[in-house]
Amino acid sequence: MAAPIVSISNLVKAYAGGFTALDGIDLSIQRGEILALLGPNGAGKTTLISTICGIATPSSGAIRVGGYDVVEDFRDARRMIGLVPQELTLEPFEKVRDTVRFSRGLFGKPRDDAYLDQVLKDLSLWDKRDNKIVTLSGGMKRRVLIAKALSHEPDVLFLDEPTAGVDVELRRDMWRVVEALKAKGTTIILTTHYIEEAEAIADRIAVINKGQIMLVEETAALMDRMGRKEAVIDLAAPLSAIPEALHNYDLSLAGDGCQLIYGYDTSAERTGIRRLLNDLEAAGITMRDLSTRQSSLEEVFVKLVHAEDAA
Amino acid sequence: MNLTATLVIFRYEMKRFFRTILQSLVSPIISTSLYFVVFGAAIGARMEEIEGTSYGAFIVPGLIMLTVLTQSISNASFGIYFPKFIGTIYEILSAPVSSLEIVIGYVGAAAVKALMIGLIILATSFLFVPLSIAHPVWMLAFLVMTCICFAMFGFIIGILAKNFEQLQLVPLLVVTPLVFLGGSFYSISMLPPVWQTISLFNPVVYLVSGFRWSFFGVADVPIGLSLLAIAAFTALAFGTIWWIFKTGYRIRD
Repeated sequence: MAAPIVSISNLVKAYAGGFTALDGIDLSIQRGEILALLGPNGAGKTTLISTICGIATPSSGAIRVGGYDVVEDFRDARRMIGLVPQELTLEPFEKVRDTVRFSRGLFGKPRDDAYLDQVLKDLSLWDKRDNKIVTLSGGMKRRVLIAKALSHEPDVLFLDEPTAGVDVELRRDMWRVVEALKAKGTTIILTTHYIEEAEAIADRIAVINKGQIMLVEETAALMDRMGRKEAVIDLAAPLSAIPEALHNYDLSLAGDGCQLIYGYDTSAERTGIRRLLNDLEAAGITMRDLSTRQSSLEEVFVKLVHAEDAA
Repeated sequence: MNLTATLVIFRYEMKRFFRTILQSLVSPIISTSLYFVVFGAAIGARMEEIEGTSYGAFIVPGLIMLTVLTQSISNASFGIYFPKFIGTIYEILSAPVSSLEIVIGYVGAAAVKALMIGLIILATSFLFVPLSIAHPVWMLAFLVMTCICFAMFGFIIGILAKNFEQLQLVPLLVVTPLVFLGGSFYSISMLPPVWQTISLFNPVVYLVSGFRWSFFGVADVPIGLSLLAIAAFTALAFGTIWWIFKTGYRIRD
């Protein structure tokens, strides 16, 4: 297996007041993948990104980007990183093109208008290139932040809540941008509150809670392992309670008694649906329709975090 | 060394200066001209010469120093405070730029701005008073050293300030009184002996005195002491900045 492009070992970030934001993080990120970092508010997502990018100093542990230590070889490590922060932090009176040029220069890259023009075009900012940032909408400002982060051609791009406060259309647009970057070989680490976003675009998902990584797994495998499937049975007549004969099943009533929800494990040998339908018939309950649905990553995430909190 | 980054920061700061050219340049020139009218023409005409120099000409070094000190501090403090305030500092902190390169960019720009204003005020003063400069090279050296030194102090204030009020506090409550009481408009030899002694504890006295010496060849304190004072202030400011970046105090989490 190729060496990871980002390698974090036993990372601790503790503050003077005693609060430990990151508590022994170990994480490896492979070149070219999209990793979604999920976690509740205050879990340590932004602190982790800030520490990798050099905005915060690690208390202990090691972070290597492209093989370079982010403290000792900070120049080489940071040259590989692009960061899109959570807040829309932009100098309001700068023009779009100027602020992107500024970012490229900060990373020590010589001026390359052809490349920057292409970045602006890719992000649908070309028409706004001479506009002052103060005149742009929130979505456009988000794009400018991405353009700035891409201005020095980074290998690793950190997107901290890239679609926060962005409408659905723009969010999907942003996903396309992320997919295009991945196609070019850029490694992307994104934090998000929109779990459907992680489910839709991430190759792997890392869940962080209370400063610790709870799991890192491929999105599809995680869904298979922890995802629960449900069969929704529409009834011809509503039920007031689940009949005694069906108490052995994982059933619940929904839709004012007009629906029976049956939960089953996709990894089990048998789903039990056929047997349930037979028992329904035997109990004199008439079925109108049957559909199945997969539990979302959101439910998986809530389950994980709650299990941790309960422990 | 990432010289491109230093240059980019420098240019960015200079651009902000020219974007607010009225506020940056015209305002100090007008206020200095008013000083010449009031102190030089109206009051100065009724005053005796000081150490062989007309009062109008005598106050020129002090006036330049007054503006240069306040401009160095305010330009540098605002330059670093503003990105902290709006959050764009993240970009500087996450870039492959060393602390020294950041300081050279911000402090260099603030010092150049203050130097430009100082030289423009000097040029303006030729319109109001007959003036000759005894040691032009030393005059320029004093001016440059003062600009750099106080731009560093401004940079420190900008990093330490938690709000705009604090940003104004030191220039208003400390620097301006020290400059006014530091012999900008008089020779400290004109003061009673007790106040002469007290004045020697005012660091600005050494700057104004040295700068005035470069104009007229006369000084309140020996020129060597003035040079030593500037070197000491510069070392103090540099040491403080070094410590701030080493510990990340108020700049890096």
